[in-house]
Amino acid sequence: MTRADPFGMNSDNASCLRASGLRKSYSGQEVVAGIDLELRPGECFGLLGPNGAGKTTTLRLCLGLIDPDGGRIEVLGLPVPERAREARRRVGVVPQADNLDPDFTVEENLLVYGRYFGLAAAEVRSRIPALLEFAGLGPRADSRIQTLSGGMKRRLTLARALINDPDLIFLDEPTTGLDPQARHLIWERLRRLLAQGKTIFLTTHFMDEAERLAHRLAILDRGRIIAQGAPRELIARHIEPQVVEVYGDGAGRWAREFGRARSVRCEQAGETVFCYARDAGPLVQNLDQQDALRYLHRQANLEDVFLKLTGRELRD
Amino acid sequence: MNTKTLAFPAFSTRHLHVWRRNSLVWRKLAVPSMLGNLADPLIYMLGLGYGLGAMLSDVGGMSYIAFLATGIVCSSTMMSASFEVMYSGFSRMHVQKTWDAIMNAPVTLDDVVLGEVVWAASKSFLSGMAVLLVAWVLGLVHSPAALWVIPVVFLTGLTFASLGLVMTALSPSYDFFMYYFTLVITPMMLVSGVFFPVSQLPAPLQVVTAFLPLTHAVELARPLMSGAVPSGIALHVCVLAAYAVAGFYLALVLTRRRLLK
Repeated sequence: MTRADPFGMNSDNASCLRASGLRKSYSGQEVVAGIDLELRPGECFGLLGPNGAGKTTTLRLCLGLIDPDGGRIEVLGLPVPERAREARRRVGVVPQADNLDPDFTVEENLLVYGRYFGLAAAEVRSRIPALLEFAGLGPRADSRIQTLSGGMKRRLTLARALINDPDLIFLDEPTTGLDPQARHLIWERLRRLLAQGKTIFLTTHFMDEAERLAHRLAILDRGRIIAQGAPRELIARHIEPQVVEVYGDGAGRWAREFGRARSVRCEQAGETVFCYARDAGPLVQNLDQQDALRYLHRQANLEDVFLKLTGRELRD
Repeated sequence: MNTKTLAFPAFSTRHLHVWRRNSLVWRKLAVPSMLGNLADPLIYMLGLGYGLGAMLSDVGGMSYIAFLATGIVCSSTMMSASFEVMYSGFSRMHVQKTWDAIMNAPVTLDDVVLGEVVWAASKSFLSGMAVLLVAWVLGLVHSPAALWVIPVVFLTGLTFASLGLVMTALSPSYDFFMYYFTLVITPMMLVSGVFFPVSQLPAPLQVVTAFLPLTHAVELARPLMSGAVPSGIALHVCVLAAYAVAGFYLALVLTRRRLLK
């Protein structure tokens, strides 16, 4: 592997998805402003970004549902959007909002969706039991969609995306709006798919999700990729290893008088002070003597990287 | 608007997947759906036909109820096609996002729109056929020439499905469709020769009706149902087909602009 080719991008043509110089504007505003992406077979790639960063637009561009203003896309070796329809034969999609067919039962949803891929009814029927088992919906085959919980609907949408046994699966914020149990179940299922050799392209704004699942990720902000790499690598590259969060009325004053001088960086968000340091020992020792302040000492994580790179102000 | 939005439609047999999806849903509720579709035209046909018809000797050379039946075959087809593409079509396009789900599979929007139009035409065809069947049972139709009404009804369904889908593509909500029904569909039904001959209208209005698609559907169906050969068949077929093609293209361009952005 040469220096000019750090990700082995040109060493084989087996990449699942390749996008370069991707651009898309809406009424003069650039939503996707020159993105380069590469997905390798069998990996989980996370596209991380605040609301409105351009995640869903990027996904729609990759599926060929909208045309880019500039750039090139190739999905499973086929040029997109020119041959997007053919590429979608080998792709599964879990959209952000559930669009299961409310006029059908659980099983009928899978059956009808399989037909859109031109699959024979017998073939789809033979796949359904395994998919229902995968989704944990075996006993609910005949249930109406309206009677399913949010987590069940997500799992059924995931099962539906697998009806054509795809090589590449797109998931647009797959666990938004789910309770912790339901999220863990989805993650476990996605790991199973990775173990089967599927490639996953995931968008999310949940750091823990990205950190748990993604082999590599890109942080997207205002239509641009501002950092890319493995989660651990990004943390090591962009942020100090130790974080001390300090809460309480006097946190600001404590930071000015003591914390700031002993940290590499110090940030205040509301009542909370975040101190980033290579060695948090002196901070913690001092805080142990402050009765009015509570604190949490932890390792830096992806959220710290994300907030450092995209800022703390609200995005909506 | 770019060239791709305006591009010539690209059809494939995959539109049948969309047709089949809708027919599967319909089959679950086929009986109440058919009864609902039939109740309205039958009330008009029997109520006006026998009630009003009793006061009239004959209209256009036939009993009033026979006259009315031939018009209502066309108007119920129009109604059924319009309702299907607007209310049900809007649900699938906008509310349930069924079209989005289909387009994530290897099916294009062109095929989704074609599937919807052919489906609505098929469903409205059943409504038209049901009225025809009732007219036959009541002894209002006796010529085998009436069988030629079958393709006329399907073409009428395609025409109004295409026109209705233009509204669907433009609509922000269900309420929008009321305008189309009260400003377009209902007036058209009143002046296109469904309830009384167009010749009863003032001359300037007759010029307007000559441009309305429903007029041409009635001009074809009425003679056929009474066993005569319609005059100007080519013109009537061409007008209906032109509305269907133009409406379809416009609906497709508008849905592309709405969804593929």
